[in-house]
Amino acid sequence: MEGNFMSLKFASKSENESFARVTVAAFISQLDPTLDELTDIKTVVSEAVTNAIIHGYDNNPEGIVTITARLEGDTVHLTVEDQGRGIEDVEQARQPLYTSKPELERSGMGFTIMENFMDEVEVETARGKGTKIIMRKRIESKKALFN
Amino acid sequence: MSLQIEFEHGRKALIVRLKGELDHHTAEAVKSRMEEAIESGSCRNIVLSMKDLTFMDSSGLGVILGRYKQISAKGGKMVVCGLNPPVHRLFEMSGLFKILSVQENERQAVASLEVVS
Repeated sequence: MEGNFMSLKFASKSENESFARVTVAAFISQLDPTLDELTDIKTVVSEAVTNAIIHGYDNNPEGIVTITARLEGDTVHLTVEDQGRGIEDVEQARQPLYTSKPELERSGMGFTIMENFMDEVEVETARGKGTKIIMRKRIESKKALFN
Repeated sequence: MSLQIEFEHGRKALIVRLKGELDHHTAEAVKSRMEEAIESGSCRNIVLSMKDLTFMDSSGLGVILGRYKQISAKGGKMVVCGLNPPVHRLFEMSGLFKILSVQENERQAVASLEVVS
């Protein structure tokens, strides 16, 4: 299983959010995660993909969202990437309850959830070029086997 | 669709049951259908029953908060119930517990409205 990976490309349509999180969860399953860990992963994928669609592409369905998942030992490395508008102020975007689109009833909790559910979250972004979210999480349920 | 919305008109409140997955995609339908019900004036209070919700993310928090504001502006109350552990955790993280009234189940949620009014 060392170095196993997958990548997924799909149109920036909201109906693909469910497809994306379920697919990533299915891939991660080989690490034998707990139900809670699987829910965490599904939720962060949903958050990052939703951000790409709403903020990266401004709800334009012609964008492409790319997800990669890599398994290394008991750790999941996830990236969610768009070629959209980029984030102007990453620090502000990561603040709990901050949203640039209050009119869309966004809760502003996306990044906070990603940070809480994953061990590490990095953001690479450039205005007009896009955003890449890089996340890492150790799957605890496998810990015993690797120690 | 991966989310079903069920309405039941009770004496004290409109009971809204969400079944399935509440994300950005399905939040739109929840928003428009609940908005319609609230604006039609047929309900004063809302009981949001989430027992059969199998997935929710921050888009769900947004739509719940939106409906809370909407019903509050009309002088009504919103009580949520049936929170499973993952949903409970998102509520906690976002501070929603500080403003929303939460009950164990529908029966208790309806009963809590009878006490306050």
